Amino acid sequence: MGKLIATVIRRDLLLAYRRRADVLTTLFFFVIVVSLFPLGVGPEMKTLRLIAPGVVWVAALLASMLSLQRLFAADYQDGTLEQMLLAPQPLAAIVLGKIVAHWMVSGLPLALMAPLLGLQFNLPPAALGVLFLALLLGTPVLSLIGAIGAALTLGLRGGGVLLSLLVLPLYIPALIFGAGAVEAYVVGVSPEGHLSLLGALLIFSGLAAPWVTALALRIAME
Amino acid sequence: MLEAAHLTCQRGERTLFTGLSFTLSAGELLQVAGPNGSGKTSLLKLLCGLSPPLEGTVNWQNAPVRGEDFRRNLLYIGHQNAVKEDLSALENLRIATDFAGEPLSDAQALAALARMGLAGREHLPAKVLSQGQKRRVTLARLLVSRAPLWVLDEPLTALDVRAVELIQLRLAEHLARQGMVVLTTHQPLQVPGVTPRRIELS
Repeated sequence: MGKLIATVIRRDLLLAYRRRADVLTTLFFFVIVVSLFPLGVGPEMKTLRLIAPGVVWVAALLASMLSLQRLFAADYQDGTLEQMLLAPQPLAAIVLGKIVAHWMVSGLPLALMAPLLGLQFNLPPAALGVLFLALLLGTPVLSLIGAIGAALTLGLRGGGVLLSLLVLPLYIPALIFGAGAVEAYVVGVSPEGHLSLLGALLIFSGLAAPWVTALALRIAME
Repeated sequence: MLEAAHLTCQRGERTLFTGLSFTLSAGELLQVAGPNGSGKTSLLKLLCGLSPPLEGTVNWQNAPVRGEDFRRNLLYIGHQNAVKEDLSALENLRIATDFAGEPLSDAQALAALARMGLAGREHLPAKVLSQGQKRRVTLARLLVSRAPLWVLDEPLTALDVRAVELIQLRLAEHLARQGMVVLTTHQPLQVPGVTPRRIELS
């Protein structure tokens, strides 16, 4: 089963590499949305530092929405998804592989880019570290929960909007604890509690989301 | 043995077929015929366990067609090619067989593609291949599959005469090894040494 997951990850990374433009769109969207705020709000250091965590996190949520629609759509359209459903291995394992690959091309780059963007908000270096850590724990949660929504809205007309309405509310806990971790650090409280809760969220969604997504895919294909 | 009993299939408000029963034993070929929209693809999906019938049962070796044990015995080729445009023919074939749990080495995959008449095109991205060539990439799986039950949805579309002959020979080989085939096609089928059984949907 580990081999199957590795195959899926390798395949999806290869596909993403051959379609680099799609990956870069998500990243540029994130960079631009975050960079617009300092320009719009003005150079008030204190305000910027206060809004930074929220802005970065909301931009990350929106950026993840951009790439989620593509998670299963291409495989659905060209018939690969049928083959995945008929594979003699658990569908949840294939789904997990796809989610991991999705995170590596859409979540991980955001986490890596965030400290650089945080500089525009005058965040102190240590807070940038917390921001990176929070995104590193939080973006996989976005991919995991988002996969459920992507599977449920598969093949529906206007699925993109529906996906946002379905998934964004479910992102709220990740948003609160993710942004909260950085806010806590900025005002001088330990971010440990927030990060632990984010980690718990990751473990819980990591265990549940692949199964639920697999179930949703089977229903979508009937 | 594949056993379908009293199958009813409904799509939306329309009932496509009711009370459909048949059994397929080792070495038999079943051709599902009928006009467009008569439920051929829906029937094949029921047989694969991709969708449940409204009524009736489909059994493989006396167990319902659900679960990994059944899927290990199944090769399904849908009317879509399941070929990724951005991957090469070789990558497509190797990934498809990896998913099916019958991984191939590069040499085996190249040999299968060469037999399908794709020699020299193995490393081209599938998007530059013609419709018929893409179909050949998909059908290369027939050359390497060890699954006893093949369910093929319009396998011969877009193929030229020589490729059709090759596939028909391969079907005969498979049936001679006690395999089973269920397929749909609008073309006349001539599998050497085999009289296909027919189901007519209307």
